[in-house]
Amino acid sequence: MTAALEVRGLGYELPGKREGGRGGHLVQDVSFTVAAGETLVLLGRSGSGKTTTLKLINRLLEPTAGEVVVAGERAAGVPATQLRRRIGYVIQEIGLFPHFTVERNVGLVPRLEGWPPARIAARVRELLALVGLDPGGFAGRYPHELSGGQRQRVGVARALAADPPLLLLDEPFGALDPITRVELQREFQALEGRLDKGMVFVTHDVREGLLLGTRIGLMHEGRLAFLGTPPEFRESGHPEVRKFLEAA
Amino acid sequence: MTDLVQFYARNSQEVWGLVGQHLSLVAISTGIAIVIGIQEVWGLVGQHLSLVAISTGIAIVIGIPLGVVLTRRPAWRGPVLGLANVFQTIPSLALFGFLIPLPLIGGIGATTAIVALVVYGLLPIVRNTYTGIAGVDPAVREAGRGMGMTDWQLLTLVELPLGFGVMLAGVRVATVVSVGTATIAAAIGAGGLGVYIFRGVAMVNDTLILAGAVPAALMALAADGLLGLAERRFAWRAK
Repeated sequence: MTAALEVRGLGYELPGKREGGRGGHLVQDVSFTVAAGETLVLLGRSGSGKTTTLKLINRLLEPTAGEVVVAGERAAGVPATQLRRRIGYVIQEIGLFPHFTVERNVGLVPRLEGWPPARIAARVRELLALVGLDPGGFAGRYPHELSGGQRQRVGVARALAADPPLLLLDEPFGALDPITRVELQREFQALEGRLDKGMVFVTHDVREGLLLGTRIGLMHEGRLAFLGTPPEFRESGHPEVRKFLEAA
Repeated sequence: MTDLVQFYARNSQEVWGLVGQHLSLVAISTGIAIVIGIQEVWGLVGQHLSLVAISTGIAIVIGIPLGVVLTRRPAWRGPVLGLANVFQTIPSLALFGFLIPLPLIGGIGATTAIVALVVYGLLPIVRNTYTGIAGVDPAVREAGRGMGMTDWQLLTLVELPLGFGVMLAGVRVATVVSVGTATIAAAIGAGGLGVYIFRGVAMVNDTLILAGAVPAALMALAADGLLGLAERRFAWRAK
């Protein structure tokens, strides 16, 4: 069975030498595999290269080294727009289209892919129900009429719309208030079990990482400093892991 | 004062008759003047409107794509907006003068006027197209790109609709400026309401000047109001 995502020796170097110790390498020699049904949490401080790694996977940034394979297909071998439609993408700022209703937001990728309208409508309803929003009440609303938590649910539904094998999430719950965050984390945990997708989940919150991750990868200065299951993470003697656990 | 009241009271019938005669004289003479004048005024208003509509239309057709190109080629932004700014600083009468000797786009008449009006209309349209698109929330743009929109889809589905309010504000400025500047086009034989203004200036006749200036001002206000309404209708804000 092919993995949802394979990353081998991934690297990203800024054009032109930068000052500082890393010499322009934002990401260096990162390798991991994510199977279907598995959630890899990328943990790390700000600037450790977690977000950059995500953007290298869906080619919002072009890797300068290494290889990305999504569901058995080399990412570099298909047009970037084609690739991205097969990868769900959720960002902290959500980025819902303010001039689209919830229905059009969620149905965007199917629309780009040319699905018939009836199938899009049915899919939107199914997804809104999946993320806990009543389709009848929410489909026709605009993003500014929603709370932060509701918006992020729509963001998750939108990422799932075309049933991609892989989901990338960049601190999706980072901007929410603590109560809503916990609520969404629990729901997301339930969702993980029901969806058979590979997920890469970026966060700097250790507790969130331990709760949602089947494995944890710790990014430090552009490299993957640790990779293992949550119990292994707790037992690890790696100094950066210790620092994170102490801060939790 | 009391004498006057008593006089009117005594002769009320005659006074009303005289007032009636006076009013009908004024009405008839004004009526004749209006019937004769109105045809000419409508002709000039029509000329004025078509100068404004054609020049603003051309400025939109050139300006919006140019503004879009600037968002894709940031390096061109300085030179292009700079050049448009320079044209903006040339006094309109001088620009008409420069254009007259040129072949094809120059000469006496409406063509030259339209070319000059397009030049003036370009800056606000190009600048606001650029500003409108550049002002789209970067998170929305990243989400669009991250979901697999092509550059064209990002432009037509996201950037242009979201920037439309700001772009329309540019068109509004261009239109109002064009209504004003088109009055000067009469100086090079392009017609329009400026004909009355220049004639009034030459004849030292305030009424004639106002006959041109008032409809032009009303036209500018109407354009401003209508486009302002449309602008509010389309002002999408990411809340």
